[in-house]
Amino acid sequence: MKNKGMNNANNNQRTWKKDLRLYVHVPFCVKKCDYCDFLSGPSDEEGIESYFEALYKEVGSYEGRTGDYKVSTVFIGGGTPSCVRSEYIARLLEELKRVFEFSSGDGSLEPEITIEANPGTVDKDKLADYRKAGINRLSFGLQSTHDRELRLLGRIHTYREFVENYRLARELGFGNINIDLMSALPGQELSSWEETLGRVTELGPEHISAYSLIIEEGTPFYERYGPEGKQKDELISEDLDRLIYKRTREILEKYGYIRYEISNYARPGYECRHNMAYWEGALYLGFGLGAASFIENTRFRNTDSLEEYIKAINYNDRSHKNIMSTNKPEHKNEGLLHDAYGIRRDIIQLSKKDLIEEFMFLGLRMTRGVDRLEFKKRFGVSMDEIYGNILNRLEKENLVITCGGKVRLTDYGIDVSNRILSEFLLDKC
Amino acid sequence: MGVDQSKIRNFCIIAHIDHGKSTLADRIIEMTGLLTSREMQDQVLDNMDIERERGITIKAQTVRTVYRSRSGEEYIFNLIDTPGHVDFNYEVSRSLAACEGALLIVDATQGIEAQTLANVYMAIDHNLEIIPVINKIDLPSADPQRVIAEIEDVIGIEAHDAPQISAKLGINIEEVLEQIIAKIPHPKGDPDAPLQALIFDSLYDSYKGVITFCRIMEGTVRKGTQIKLMSTGVVSEVVEIGTFGPGRFIPCDELSAGMVGYIIAGLKNVKDTRVGDTITDAKRPCAHPLPGYKKVLPMVYCGMYPADGAKYPDLRDALEKLQLNDAALQFEPETSAALGFGFRCGFLGLLHLEVVQERLEREFNLDLVTTAPSVIYRIHKTDGQVIELTNPTNMPDPSEIEYMEEPFVSAEIMVTTEYVGPIMTLCQERRGVYLGMEYMEERRAILRYELPLNEIIYDFFDALKSRSRGYASLDYEFKGYVMSNLVKLDILINREEVDALSFIVHADGAYERGRKMCEKLKEEIPRHLFEIPIQAAIGSKIIARETVKALRKDVLAKCYGGDITRKKKLLEKQKEGKKRMRQIGNVEIPQKAFMSVLKLDDQ
Repeated sequence: MKNKGMNNANNNQRTWKKDLRLYVHVPFCVKKCDYCDFLSGPSDEEGIESYFEALYKEVGSYEGRTGDYKVSTVFIGGGTPSCVRSEYIARLLEELKRVFEFSSGDGSLEPEITIEANPGTVDKDKLADYRKAGINRLSFGLQSTHDRELRLLGRIHTYREFVENYRLARELGFGNINIDLMSALPGQELSSWEETLGRVTELGPEHISAYSLIIEEGTPFYERYGPEGKQKDELISEDLDRLIYKRTREILEKYGYIRYEISNYARPGYECRHNMAYWEGALYLGFGLGAASFIENTRFRNTDSLEEYIKAINYNDRSHKNIMSTNKPEHKNEGLLHDAYGIRRDIIQLSKKDLIEEFMFLGLRMTRGVDRLEFKKRFGVSMDEIYGNILNRLEKENLVITCGGKVRLTDYGIDVSNRILSEFLLDKC
Repeated sequence: MGVDQSKIRNFCIIAHIDHGKSTLADRIIEMTGLLTSREMQDQVLDNMDIERERGITIKAQTVRTVYRSRSGEEYIFNLIDTPGHVDFNYEVSRSLAACEGALLIVDATQGIEAQTLANVYMAIDHNLEIIPVINKIDLPSADPQRVIAEIEDVIGIEAHDAPQISAKLGINIEEVLEQIIAKIPHPKGDPDAPLQALIFDSLYDSYKGVITFCRIMEGTVRKGTQIKLMSTGVVSEVVEIGTFGPGRFIPCDELSAGMVGYIIAGLKNVKDTRVGDTITDAKRPCAHPLPGYKKVLPMVYCGMYPADGAKYPDLRDALEKLQLNDAALQFEPETSAALGFGFRCGFLGLLHLEVVQERLEREFNLDLVTTAPSVIYRIHKTDGQVIELTNPTNMPDPSEIEYMEEPFVSAEIMVTTEYVGPIMTLCQERRGVYLGMEYMEERRAILRYELPLNEIIYDFFDALKSRSRGYASLDYEFKGYVMSNLVKLDILINREEVDALSFIVHADGAYERGRKMCEKLKEEIPRHLFEIPIQAAIGSKIIARETVKALRKDVLAKCYGGDITRKKKLLEKQKEGKKRMRQIGNVEIPQKAFMSVLKLDDQ
């Protein structure tokens, strides 16, 4: 009897695997765009190669520790992951699939595997290689259909090049494509944005991300348009920015795209499952430079020094191999939390208070809102017990709306969402 | 038995800020050998952090050292340090009264400054022997001959044999010490006469209680003597007396006429031992107290509020502790609709205010909101009543006011000639009444003005410095009350009056000031989800208006790559900013907005 019980428990453990998402950062691009503050920059072939060698080792270090998880999405982001040779990407996916169990597709959804691609960095062969490697979703960084605006942003491609790439991708059978657009460009008029939207909807991607430009510190744009910048007057007014936002939704909905997150629109069923994971509090593991992870209630990110990342992995790899053989069971117990190469930074174990706060301020980014029942189920208290007063006030001010057991932001609430989301940070719990 | 009076020299040092008073004091202490160089902390006399940072002396420090002169005899030097700022004029005068002589330090590169001049005149009034000392002769721009001529010319004292020193490098310090012996008269006074001691400072120690610093003018005091403080009438028994070693107290058996030392008599409140008061023997009192005593009264008031309302008791404790050492500091509880519970505090002047504010923030870790400083206005009401107004909020309805008066000071501003124009403009803008101008030498002049005190306490010093590139110096003293056309200016934020921003201003300047305040507040108040009018009003009449536009957009379009920690930090920053705000109606006002309106000079 006793033995039988034990076996059952083991069986359960084996069948009930936790859903895991993977993010891989490729910090390379042909040329950094003038507004970009992501971890990326141009590199020579040697640099790219040594980075990917380290990356494969990082992936490999999880071998034997992934038994409790099943991977449902992979997102290869950057930088411009499509600017490196496709062999690197193919090998990367091989490694991931070797170390992690991917959801099979039968009974559950097929895994969503996305790569970010910039126009001008892909060709037929590359896209075909991606297909072969199992990539089933492309995210194109288009930003604008006007070449004048593309030049302003410091992009390397023209609209025409993009259209060619897009058609190629369709021909090769990519059935799930996202197009990134950027509004609120300096000097932009509503009509130019509406033209961009018009052309893009005509192409008919499954998913559209429409961000409004943020002037980030440390970028050439900050020099020009920041608080001290000489050209800051060229930035569009907040009123126009909001009008653009409103029009975006109207136009895209007319063409069948539903806004499901502040800046994301999709045809039904094509919401980006990987990005949703971030808002829903799902588990994800990041690989590569600066990649963020959320595992076992713990948040951390990898070092954002390229030199440090490669050195730490190569240095520790030599000693690591010896240790691995003797200490393996111990690391196994630690699961994914074991930092094999000492590259993790900002490790924060979330308290219940943190989890509650995140549930709210991340969940409210989604237009469907946060679910009261889900809240109660996760935290054992009702949402009103913790946030009743705040929710009442915000509702009175027409910033949130409660319906069908869910709380979501109103349109005006979205416009000033930082203000509202900060209200959900708790003093103490 | 008493010390031989002929071997005692009691003196102080008069100097402008930065002219090297503390450095010279250090050298004197070093040369007299009671402290080795290794023990010397830089500038041992200024022992408060703020004093050291600002290079000014706030509390008088005193030290007794022994000097073996060139003739081989030992002399006792009592160096009484004096506060260096106009706010503490009275304390300076009492310190001077405890001395027979003064060293006048003048920077060889700068010459005499207004503040120095005022103190020298005060020292001359007290019949002190003045020894001019030319400092900083090591600097390349030093011009000792010009400075000597200036001293002789302006002050009218002999200066041809003034020691030319560098306190910093220790050059010629011995010459100063020898001149002290040769020129400053030794103290006189009868050790057997009834006790008569002048209080020139006091200090609160949590173990010993009040430590009174005094100069024995007549008689002798011993442990066990029943002393009486003549102005307050307090009687107490002496438990300890002693002299001032560098940085510590050295108990002794008796202090007799001519000596400088401290008395501890179990008193718990510095208010009992007022600077300038006379200590005598309760059983054998002297006939008259020493002349010159006056009760120091605050000239400038402001409200001080804890940024965090819960810290109110902490602020009270801190003020009480500071008051133990600072008899001039006054405070009483007050309430503001905008700022909650706080205190209306009285100060000798703006510097005193700033020093107290800094000490509260630094030593007691308090985050403060300070309201605009106000002087004491005298309001003559129609019913014949006269009230002294320290808080603008309490101003009666104009219909009840017959007329109002405001305090005026006479001011001396010393300035190099090229800045006379801008400074005169400044004084005119501040409603100054021009009295005259004198040239001290070719390049420097003294401007004399009568100025309303309330024009000086805002940002006059800053304006003076910025319009003269730091070259102008100011001295002033209270002159009297003058009838004036004053109005109360109220600030309305989102149509609600904010009491903490109300202030009293001359009718002619009301419009200008109201306009500037609205502009400043517009910069400081963050945008809300609704539009916020900011108005300045006299009574029900709006005289200026600005609008803070409603916030239209505050959204993070991109939240990318799962870096939630960064996103949360952003939200936390936003929330933290909100915490530092004051809620007025439904408007949140940052605390610094209350302070920013104090600095409106736009030159």
